[in-house]
Amino acid sequence: MNWGSAGEFLAMGGYGLYVWGSFGVCALALAMEPILVRKRRSDILRSLRRERMAEEMETQ
Amino acid sequence: MSNGLINWFRYASPQSFYPLAGKMIPWFWALAALFTGVGLWISFFVAPTDAVQGEGYRIIFIHVPASWMSMFIYCVMAGWAAIGLALNTRLSGMMATALAPTGALMAFLSLWTGALWGKPMWGTWWVWDARLTSELILFFLYIGFIALQAAIDDPRRADKAGAILALVGVVNIPIIYFSVKWWNTLHQGASVSLNKSPSMAQTMLWGMLVMALAFWMYAIAIALMRARAIMLEREAHTEWVRSLPEVTGGSAR
Amino acid sequence: MKAILAVVRRDLLLAMRRKSEVLTVLFFFMIVVSLFPLGIGPETPLLRKIAPGILWVAALLASMLGLARLFAADHADGTLEQLALSPSPLGLLVTGKIAAHWLVSGLPLVLLAPVLGIQFDLDAGALGVLVVALLLGTPLLSLIGAIGAALTLGLRGGGVLLSLLVLPLYVPALIFGAGAVEAHVSGLGAGGHLSLLAALLALAVFFAPWAATAALRIALE
Repeated sequence: MNWGSAGEFLAMGGYGLYVWGSFGVCALALAMEPILVRKRRSDILRSLRRERMAEEMETQ
Repeated sequence: MSNGLINWFRYASPQSFYPLAGKMIPWFWALAALFTGVGLWISFFVAPTDAVQGEGYRIIFIHVPASWMSMFIYCVMAGWAAIGLALNTRLSGMMATALAPTGALMAFLSLWTGALWGKPMWGTWWVWDARLTSELILFFLYIGFIALQAAIDDPRRADKAGAILALVGVVNIPIIYFSVKWWNTLHQGASVSLNKSPSMAQTMLWGMLVMALAFWMYAIAIALMRARAIMLEREAHTEWVRSLPEVTGGSAR
Repeated sequence: MKAILAVVRRDLLLAMRRKSEVLTVLFFFMIVVSLFPLGIGPETPLLRKIAPGILWVAALLASMLGLARLFAADHADGTLEQLALSPSPLGLLVTGKIAAHWLVSGLPLVLLAPVLGIQFDLDAGALGVLVVALLLGTPLLSLIGAIGAALTLGLRGGGVLLSLLVLPLYVPALIFGAGAVEAHVSGLGAGGHLSLLAALLALAVFFAPWAATAALRIALE
């Protein structure tokens, strides 16, 4: 175990800004990407459903 | 042999690949989460403090996997491109298109973490080191690929033009890397090599490998997700898309 | 071979009818090179050190200027489709067009470069190496650029997109080309750089027309 306390863990031996800056941006980017892709998917699905509903209305 | 080939072609159509990818995605997410957990645990709790670089070296555990993935994804992209040009399958172009943003993101992360590593270690955010410079050019190549495909309206032409660009790029990457390295050694600027930390402890290597696996699984999962979205967009007016349960009003998974 | 020559002759003739385009490229080259001392300052030792890089970057940018027009005019008036249907292989005709492009927008740069090099106080030996490097490097730029020109044919925002695609691929030419002059000045000898540049050129002569032809066929579909 490398760390005595949570404070030490956050400080990263004085490199806290750099280490957490890297890991933080990485985590943020890799969390945003799936959210954006999911949004892209739900957008296209919504428009597909709307088209389908419009067609059903027409045929009725 | 011929049977295997037929099976392979069966999954090469978007129609049959779409549900298959849907089944695979959760598994890759699970693997990505597992490897991330183990990798982070090794990076922060198992790997010892570096004698020279202190705790700052821990950036290596995401910097190196991101760099590896950025190069690997470009090669996979070029591989799909080659398949697309040779066999003229729709799926391969979609996969190449789906991989590009993730590859660009990996290149960006590699540059970002490289800068944050360089600042405490070399005293500057950026050095014209051979690896950083080639990574930057790789990032430009990704941007070019994405911009070219975005400028072409017809998806079939976008696929083929992108494929040629990806193949030209993949031939050029080794040449660019070699030339940048040559340039760098000749100018003898800040030639602090990244991998010459005195003794790379075994645990560090393991941490890097597990994190690389995590990034790999992540890349597969996200590329499949994006490929599925692209399939829906491009094939919006085909019968198979219209009869999908998520379109007919079933579960919106 | 005859077909290549015919294409080269035709493109040169067309270029001669529009002399202003050739001159624009040349003046652009001169102006970009002249801007650097104004931006950096007139200290001769510094200018002498950065001269090869400046001349090469300016040559890179200048050769980009004509690229967008490499296939565009022929595409607009339908000549390109005729060429694609002609009995001689399209790859050879494309090679001819690239050669003509180099003669019009590459060779003049090579001839002008030593004059601009004198402004930066390069000595005769360095000027010689610069000319040889440009002589090997500018055809490389035309060859790689042709792939980009074919890929972006008829696209909106083609010119900007073209530079985005092509400039990263120019990096090796820039490094070896500018490096050759620097190596000569620093006494290392330019042989290694020049032979690498020649090797790249040989590679590009072989592959680039082929890739550009494939890209053209896609654009014409």
